[in-house]
Amino acid sequence: INLSFTRSCSVFTVWSSLSSTHFKFGAEFRRFSLDRSKPGRFDEFYGLLQHVHRIPNVELLVAYADVHGDLLPINNDDNYLKAVKSANPLLRLFLQRKEEADYTTFGTDSLTRKKNTVLSAVLLRPDPNKKKPPVIISLPKDFRPVSSIIDVDILPETHRRVRLYKHGQEKPLGFYIRDGSSVRVTPQGLEKVPGIFISRLVPGGLAESTGLLAVNDEVLEVNGIEVVGKSLDQVTDMMIANSHNLIITVKPANQRNNVVRGGGVGGGAASGSSSDSGASYHGYLPHGAAATAGPTHIIQNFSVGELESDEDDEDVVIEVGGEAETIRRTPSNYSMPSLPRYEPHLNLRTATAANSGSAFSINANGNLRGSGGSSGSLTNTNASSTTPSPDRAKERRNLEEEGTVITL
Amino acid sequence: MKRFRRHGTESQRDRLKQELFQFTKTVEHGFPHQPSALGYSSSLQLMAIGTRSGAIKLYGAPGVEFMGLHDENAAVTQVFFMPHQVELVTLLDDNSLHMWTLRSHKGLSELLEIGRFLLTGPPGAPPSVTRVTAVLTHSSGELLLLGTEGGHVFIVEVPGFRELEEMNISLDQITSCVPDDYIGRRNLEHVEALQENPVNSNQVAIGYGRGLMVIWDLDHRLAIRHIPATQQLESMWWKEDGSCILSSHSDGSYCCWTLRTGEEREEEEKTNVPYGHFPCKAISKIVQLPTAGGPPFLLFSGGMPRASYGDRHCITVIYSKTQVAFDFTSRIIDFFVTRDGPQHTGEPSALVVLVEEELVVIDLQTEGWPVIQTPYLVPLHSSAITCSHHVSAIPLKLWERIIAAGVVQNTQYSKKPWPITGGQNLAPDPPQRDLLLTGHEDGTVRFWDASGVCLYPLYKLSTAAVFNADADLNDNMSQGAEGEWPPFRKVGCFDPYSDDPRLGIQKIHLCKYSGYLTVAGTAGQILMLELNDEAAEQTVEAKIVDLLQGQEGFRWKGHTQLDVREEPVLFPPGFQPFTVVQCQPPAVVTALNLHSEWKLVAFGTSHGFSVYDYLQKNNVLVKCTLNPSDQLAMEGPLSRVKSIKKSLRQSFRRIRRSRVSLRKHHISNTNKVIQEANARLEAELAEMELAPVQRKIEARSSDDSFTGLVRTLYFADTFLSDSSHNTPSLWAGTNGGTVFAYILYIPPAEHRADEALTAQPAKEIQLMHRAPVVGIVVLDGHGAPLPEPLETAHDLARSPDLLGSHHVLVISEEQFKVFTLPKLSSKMKLKLTAVDGSRVRRAGLAWFGSNRTEDYGESGLVFLTNQGDVHVLSLPHIKMQIRYPCIRREDVSGIASCVFTKQGQGFYLMSPSEFERFSLSTRYLVEPRCLVEAPLPPVFSNQHQPKLEGASSALRYIAARRVMEHALLNDESKSLR
Repeated sequence: INLSFTRSCSVFTVWSSLSSTHFKFGAEFRRFSLDRSKPGRFDEFYGLLQHVHRIPNVELLVAYADVHGDLLPINNDDNYLKAVKSANPLLRLFLQRKEEADYTTFGTDSLTRKKNTVLSAVLLRPDPNKKKPPVIISLPKDFRPVSSIIDVDILPETHRRVRLYKHGQEKPLGFYIRDGSSVRVTPQGLEKVPGIFISRLVPGGLAESTGLLAVNDEVLEVNGIEVVGKSLDQVTDMMIANSHNLIITVKPANQRNNVVRGGGVGGGAASGSSSDSGASYHGYLPHGAAATAGPTHIIQNFSVGELESDEDDEDVVIEVGGEAETIRRTPSNYSMPSLPRYEPHLNLRTATAANSGSAFSINANGNLRGSGGSSGSLTNTNASSTTPSPDRAKERRNLEEEGTVITL
Repeated sequence: MKRFRRHGTESQRDRLKQELFQFTKTVEHGFPHQPSALGYSSSLQLMAIGTRSGAIKLYGAPGVEFMGLHDENAAVTQVFFMPHQVELVTLLDDNSLHMWTLRSHKGLSELLEIGRFLLTGPPGAPPSVTRVTAVLTHSSGELLLLGTEGGHVFIVEVPGFRELEEMNISLDQITSCVPDDYIGRRNLEHVEALQENPVNSNQVAIGYGRGLMVIWDLDHRLAIRHIPATQQLESMWWKEDGSCILSSHSDGSYCCWTLRTGEEREEEEKTNVPYGHFPCKAISKIVQLPTAGGPPFLLFSGGMPRASYGDRHCITVIYSKTQVAFDFTSRIIDFFVTRDGPQHTGEPSALVVLVEEELVVIDLQTEGWPVIQTPYLVPLHSSAITCSHHVSAIPLKLWERIIAAGVVQNTQYSKKPWPITGGQNLAPDPPQRDLLLTGHEDGTVRFWDASGVCLYPLYKLSTAAVFNADADLNDNMSQGAEGEWPPFRKVGCFDPYSDDPRLGIQKIHLCKYSGYLTVAGTAGQILMLELNDEAAEQTVEAKIVDLLQGQEGFRWKGHTQLDVREEPVLFPPGFQPFTVVQCQPPAVVTALNLHSEWKLVAFGTSHGFSVYDYLQKNNVLVKCTLNPSDQLAMEGPLSRVKSIKKSLRQSFRRIRRSRVSLRKHHISNTNKVIQEANARLEAELAEMELAPVQRKIEARSSDDSFTGLVRTLYFADTFLSDSSHNTPSLWAGTNGGTVFAYILYIPPAEHRADEALTAQPAKEIQLMHRAPVVGIVVLDGHGAPLPEPLETAHDLARSPDLLGSHHVLVISEEQFKVFTLPKLSSKMKLKLTAVDGSRVRRAGLAWFGSNRTEDYGESGLVFLTNQGDVHVLSLPHIKMQIRYPCIRREDVSGIASCVFTKQGQGFYLMSPSEFERFSLSTRYLVEPRCLVEAPLPPVFSNQHQPKLEGASSALRYIAARRVMEHALLNDESKSLR
């Protein structure tokens, strides 16, 4: 990144670390300038931050305080650019070690309301009068994703990409597909081509309950792969193979509810079109910037790689037998052994929450440790959610006497 | 242009791929499905078989074979070789005639279609006028006589199919000169048979359906004689000396008509009903052949008493006082007789019979007329094939022992060499000895020599003797009692009826180094067999393994287990069983593996899996994989679930098929009726298909059926517990996407027999996509698959790299996943189904050698999908290399039957009776390479030479072409040098 003093904004960073051996409290401040016109990419900026703080191998969680005083994360190019743009002139950044990160601080009014956080203490003027219990929001990755329309910005208006998310839900996916033919415009004129269509929705199924799919919608893609030239059985198998995170692109039979785009904010049109699919809009925001963008549709860009990586963790490997213990101690897993260490601090956290407003260093410690504890509990819920289903788990217990089930 | 092309790693890899991989379908082994016509050329010594699907196959000496396919999807009804030429003519069901030739090209012959022809009648004539019912290839080699349904005979010049209208013999010409008293009563009907006078090629006999036979002079275009038979004609045979004509009739009679010169009317010498008194079925073909200084051979098919033996398929051979009715197990298509002598006009040597399901050759010169074993066209499906197993590069010792065991079994066959000897086999000797083992429904395992073009039977193992089966083992067909009439003799080995379906073989595993064989069957039986060169009488030990392990709430509604004989049984030399392990419940065995170095056998069913120590004869491990919510697995055998719709469709197809097979090619009325019926059925079918086919999209849940079914078992010496000590291990994959891994403790060799073996559960992987696990492979530190047991001990493989870290590749139907060992963290994967919707049906490891350099080669994973495509994946990076369409997607049984060899070849059943062999390798190809030379033109005696315009010119043309061919060949060979 080219640092120039002319069209630049200054960056003020705070690096706080608990387990750092260099300092007790764990806050380090840096100030440098950044060319606003050439902000570069996020990963470059990330490297710069690591360089400036001399913490090259530490995984960081980068957050900034926006104009409203909200603490928002920076984790990709989009929200990085947004952050640079919104900095006038100071871009206030807060860095945390990823594993110690306190996610509860993100959100609207997070900095102004929660005065007891280390962030507010550093970034804003201290305001000891307000006392509000913090609203605990879980990690973004633990949000329950729901079905939604995605990629509205890149698809033609006549198409709709629907992500059917069946995560721990009892509802069946609940739809049927059939062969059919559709009319396409080709250089030779109109041509009838074979296609795959939705033939039936199961009442009470996921597909029906989202309202995003309808009978006679033509299926164009399954998880980014075109279905042209594929047989009904092939498409069936593709859908079932992707069933845990099914993204299908359809050409809706009813084209009247399409999104009308292009007109600035376009709030009216967008809300009109979303009337039938509004139920699905308790979406999760991949990054804060999207919330402020024009249309009310939630845009999620899922690359195939992203999907693969999140699915990778899902295979359950079970270590069986007495020897399994020794294997467990190999340095393969870094988060699990650290779990018990945080246990006592859970109590501490509730205690410190009561007498908030005292010295921020204690608060910060308590809070951050607390978050560590909560992340530990989250991994526990993770473990239970990846265990396929309660009756299966029970059955496994019935069938096997060998040992405990541990997920990696 | 080429100079400027960038040669990055991609293009290098692409070039390498071209050097390594190439897809070719090479040979069809086995017996053609639904043969419909047979032809034979005595001058070429070649046999031609046409099939109902329009294929034409030529066979000569072993290894000499050609295959052609008509573009029309119509049945071949007749095949004729042009006399003394390399051309042949086929008549199809759609009335089209096709001319084929064997063209020499680069020193090899190939079968090529060179012409087609459709007979056109006068405008406005009904189609029956030109519907061809009989064909005669004239000995001049340039005329075809086509008898039609309308009773006309059209004459066509070949090659080129030029109609010689002025020579046609119309029905009017015939009827005008037929005696009034005969024609007054009868319509002559269609032309049933055409025969040429063997001593005067100017004369042809025309046989009409009603019975009238007319001898026609082609030169003078007039009828010479009339033979007024009154019975419906089936066939005609002109005796070799030209003195008389034999006719066979629909009432089971045959007559001999002596052609006396100078008399107005021919007298029927005698009518003979060979199986007479009671009404008999038609004699469909009759042949009489002279012998030097002896009575002639008379051969005819059919003629059995209608009521008592009307359902038999018989050919009767009468020679002197001997008469035998050869009784075949399936319908007779056609037959011919080969003859000795340089011109193949001498003594009859062998009777070659094509029946619907096999080819039977009977030695007519050896006492007792024994059967000659066929080197090709072997009926693979003599009992339905239930599984197959391929073993590459058999050590010579084992090979010889198997052959020796097979020789003992084949004593009933004739010692005569194979009588059909045409063509030269130019294929190089196969580089190695390969065995293909097929398991059959009747409990037999057949060993085939799969090294070369001919799939030759080596040895047959029957497992039925171990059990108290209901029926006795009548392997050798029951011989007719003395004095029985008709004098039946059963021939042929096609026997589709299984006495006990539980005997069916489901899995086979042969260790080529130790000679241990294990086979597993439908009723949960696992047999351990050992090769023994001597016959031995022994009691087979039976051991029961309870796979349920106390699982509650289980009901087995399937078949019962087979009872093992308790008394000692005499086993012939060959593979002899020494232990039977019986799974309880007796469900079909779905996975089997043998580790002959550790002396362990692993097997699995839908209920669990087990490891059995066949040295100490006890169980090492039993694991129940049953899911209590799985109703189907809890209750009964596999094949009971069927959709009503599917079965309805199938039954319709069955009806259709049976009607088609009833159809006789030249009877127009029934033909029409059947066509109408077919059209009706087709319409009904179309109506049924109109209801849209829907597919339910549902995530797989854990209570899908048969999640516990064990799909694959694998032994590996690898790092399962920690990364510094490798231990023997067993891996099992289930239908529900679970992989179980066990550490095996095997005592050192000196205590192997008495110290206990243990198995300890180590790991379990539950694949989240839950697709069935179809294969497990451990890759060593170099990324190469671990060698087979005993392979390194015999110095045939590099020992595995135990320094680097091992990986395990789990092949599920949907994904390929590589996990590190021993931690089992996911390293790489390839999602197949999520990307193109296909599923892995068969997978195998293969080694591919480059065709450019001898020393380069790499391992690959070959797999076949439910779409019928074969793919090759690179190892260890699981990158897609190539993909070829191989089997039709609808051919489910073909896909299910596929096996891969270690050299990148494969076999699948293209029909119940035929294996198609294919190759993905550029280096290992087994394909027919053969040459057929055109025969020298025969020497005609002058007085019988037909005086037809162009005959001599045609001969000259043929001779000239031969010279031309030689010239071309020489040129080519020169240019090659």
